[in-house]
Amino acid sequence: MAQGSMAPGIVAGRLSAEELARNFSDLHPAYAPHEAAVAADRCYFCYDAPCVTACPTGIDIPLFIRQIQVGQPEAAAKTIFDQNILGGMCARVCPTETLCEQACVREAAEGKPVEIGRLQRHATDTLMAQGVHPYMRAAPTGRRIAVVGAGPAGLACAHRLAMKGHDVTLFEGRGKAGGLNEFGIAAYKTTGGFAAGEVEWLLQIGGITVETGRALGRDLTLDTLRGDFDAVFLSVGLGGVNALAVPGTDKTGVRPAVDFIADLRQADDLAGLPVGRNVVVIGGGMTAIDAAVQARLLGAETVTVAYRRDRAAMAASRFEQDLAASHGVRLLFNVQPVAVHGNGAAAEIELEYTATRDGRLTGTGETLRLKADQVLQAIGQALVGAPEGLRIEGGKIAVTGAGRTSLPGVWAGGDCATGGDDLTVTAVAEGRDAAEDIHNALMG
Amino acid sequence: MADLTTTFLGITTPNPFWLASAPPTDKEYNVRRAFEAGWGGVVWKTLGEDGPPIVNVNGPRYGVVYGADRRVLGINNIELITDRPLQTNLEEIARVKADYPDRAMIVSLMVPCEEQAWKRILPRVAETGADGIELNFGCPHGMSERGMGAAVGQVPEYIEMVTRWCKQNYDKPVIVKLTPNITDIRYPARAAKNGGADAVSLINTVSSIISVNLDDFSPEPSIDGKGSHGGYCGPAVKPIALNMVAEIARDADMRGLPISGIGGVTTWRDAAEFMSLGAGNVQVCTAAMTYGFRVVQEMIAGLSTWMDQKGYERTSDFIGRAVPNVTDWQYLNLNYVTKARIDQDACIKCGRCYAACEDTSHQAIWMKPGRVFEVNDAECVACNLCVDVCPVEDCITMERLPAGTVDPRTGKVVSDDYANWTTHPNNPMSRAAE
Ligand SMILES: Cc1cc2nc3c(=O)[nH]c(=O)nc-3n(C[C@H](O)[C@H](O)[C@H](O)COP(=O)(O)OP(=O)(O)OC[C@H]3O[C@@H](n4cnc5c(N)ncnc54)[C@H](O)[C@@H]3O)c2cc1C
Ligand SMILES: Cc1cc2nc3c(=O)[nH]c(=O)nc-3n(C[C@H](O)[C@H](O)[C@H](O)COP(=O)(O)O)c2cc1C
Ligand code: SF4
Repeated sequence: MAQGSMAPGIVAGRLSAEELARNFSDLHPAYAPHEAAVAADRCYFCYDAPCVTACPTGIDIPLFIRQIQVGQPEAAAKTIFDQNILGGMCARVCPTETLCEQACVREAAEGKPVEIGRLQRHATDTLMAQGVHPYMRAAPTGRRIAVVGAGPAGLACAHRLAMKGHDVTLFEGRGKAGGLNEFGIAAYKTTGGFAAGEVEWLLQIGGITVETGRALGRDLTLDTLRGDFDAVFLSVGLGGVNALAVPGTDKTGVRPAVDFIADLRQADDLAGLPVGRNVVVIGGGMTAIDAAVQARLLGAETVTVAYRRDRAAMAASRFEQDLAASHGVRLLFNVQPVAVHGNGAAAEIELEYTATRDGRLTGTGETLRLKADQVLQAIGQALVGAPEGLRIEGGKIAVTGAGRTSLPGVWAGGDCATGGDDLTVTAVAEGRDAAEDIHNALMG
Repeated sequence: MADLTTTFLGITTPNPFWLASAPPTDKEYNVRRAFEAGWGGVVWKTLGEDGPPIVNVNGPRYGVVYGADRRVLGINNIELITDRPLQTNLEEIARVKADYPDRAMIVSLMVPCEEQAWKRILPRVAETGADGIELNFGCPHGMSERGMGAAVGQVPEYIEMVTRWCKQNYDKPVIVKLTPNITDIRYPARAAKNGGADAVSLINTVSSIISVNLDDFSPEPSIDGKGSHGGYCGPAVKPIALNMVAEIARDADMRGLPISGIGGVTTWRDAAEFMSLGAGNVQVCTAAMTYGFRVVQEMIAGLSTWMDQKGYERTSDFIGRAVPNVTDWQYLNLNYVTKARIDQDACIKCGRCYAACEDTSHQAIWMKPGRVFEVNDAECVACNLCVDVCPVEDCITMERLPAGTVDPRTGKVVSDDYANWTTHPNNPMSRAAE
């Protein structure tokens, strides 16, 4: 019987513990202090710096880098957290190549931006390692606010509200807070239990009661929350997944990529985590890339990302595409699934080439088949179970201004609400801004 | 190929790069290796009187100022003159000189300000066969409190007196090394000349406190929680040294007095600048202490390449070439009108020019939509700050307004006549002269 990568089917233990540890180590490792000093020295301290504009949370990047230069990473961290309380996670997961670092003038000048993300990590790691929480709560206001969903949007909102002196109850449907930071982000971007540690650190502000295992719709209703609290912030993310509408998706081995990733993120021992020998991922976003790369890192022999449009249309950035390619993931463009074949379990996937005619994507009729004992679908997430009475727009909770929904006293932000880019950092910005707006509405 | 052979005070060396009197020239072992590495000459680490040797501190004696990536920009030290026995030094000097007849061997000296002390040591130095002596009137710490070093160098009368004693008691060249820790370098230099010095060398180190430890509030380098002012050297002091060299080179009283340029020489370019301002050669300390003796190879190759590019056959072709261009402010041409020009293709839109001009200069740069930065000629005074702070080379340049055009700032037609402050109508002195 073949072993390792060649073992047929979806099996665990394709790689040794050492190989797995190496594969899942930090994608962008922490700087040593001198490396940070050298990297910080490259910042020009631009006027009205383009990187600040490019950051959805508007961190004063030139200032924090200067604080690193002068030997005070803790002060730098404070500058970051003032704008973005999840600056530690964002330093690890932000696609900086399309945000701050893309805007860096040194990217224009030399194609080598200041490494803002890694510098941010240097600062935030330094402060967080000291175990101190740099904020104090304002005098109690006596106001109570319910935040539903403990992902980045909910956490950022809860923290800002607590800081303003309000009492926050954070309802989380799962057994653990963190949202996709805990269940979705690629393992090599946030190693060593960072997501859970960050939540714990954030909660040190006080005034936030976390109630896990309490889901809106299942255990709570919006009406009771509106009755019991002075305001409600909804940050439930996108809990559902879009399903492939082709024959054969009921076969074993076909599953949503986010579930595969969630299992991976929660696994205590990666050697015990099953993965296919020939994995095909359907989709073109960050989730598709993350699932594909991690499948390879777990030891799958072949991994293919099958995307129905061309490279330019792919939501995953060029950096991520190259990351996948460098891990031996094959990127297949202009193909769409037709059927999954196999006798009970998936064995092959049939794909059809596509072309865009008159602005519409159509199949060309020509097909190909790939070996596939595991098919991961990553064609988007969807809002599920939104409470009645809320106006929905394009499948998301419609908001105006700083997250105001169609219902008075109810705000929403993050992936579940309209606007934003479905990124951790935009979720944080929306949670924070909604908190400010709630505060003004309640205290105004 | 350019010939770097340089003759200074009749001493001919294969290149103009000498090691200054300091740790690199402290002993036979170092100096032999320095000569093997290619240095043209050395000024041996300063010798003191015979007797119980000098004692140095036993804790750190150097402090540092860093630039980016821990690049050494300046070092300060609280080291004293040699702490090895006089006789050992003299024997080593004689041996090395005998083995390297084509290299300069200068002996630096510092003994008390009494003629007998000098009379005792000079014959013993002469016996070594060294090419000359350098009088260390510069050391700003430790020795000056004992009435030597900078304590002598700060009193022109003493300089003249001691120099004269040396000239009377020693027949090879006498170089007087000057301290920068005075208000006008020309006074001690003139005193040296009046005393009969064959040359001056400058600068010695600049009195300094390099840093303070903010945990125990000790100046650094810290000796058991206390610190003392030291001597600053390295790239950071070069501008001070260049000015002092130029002040002497263009002084009418000292015309023709040979100068050995010291202070921050780190590359061939630094050396070429010192020499263009009138230095007949240069001496180096910090660059060797930072990078080792091998740096001289870059200096040799670099100077030679530049001379070939410029068509200079020997160092004397460019020595002193910049001296006539050093003048007093009042003689600068006030009809030379320039404006900053920003090359939009080279601009990376950092906005540093804007911040600098808007906040601290003349509000002469516009920031237009799309981060386009443009100079407003009606406000630009041509201060050059934007050029200095721009991170892109040649992105912002100074362009001269041609004669006949109107300067939009002053509304005046630019003249190609030379006109300076001495004749300017706003100058009360010029009006008084009318
Ligand atoms: C696989 C994957 C990889 C990603 N990688 C990146 C990346 O590298 N960089 C990046 O910037 N972004 C990435 N993203 C996007 C990013 O994770 C999200 O944009 C971000 O987490 C959104 O935050 P949120 O708070 O709105 O929602 P979520 O993080 O989804 O949090 C929602 C929370 O609400 C809880 N919840 C849901 N329904 C209920 C309910 N009814 N009652 C109570 N609680 C509920 C959920 O359990 C969850 O804890 C990735 C997303 C995925 C899926
Ligand atoms: C550690 C140290 C010790 C020095 N000792 C002497 C000395 O004994 N005699 C002397 O004339 N100059 C001494 N100097 C000064 C150097 O000769 C030289 O003038 C000065 O360092 C400036 O040159 P630089 O910038 O190339 O270092 C010393 C400098 C240093 C750094
Ligand atoms: S030269 Fe000076 S005044 Fe003119 S634009 Fe530049 S900074 Fe402003």
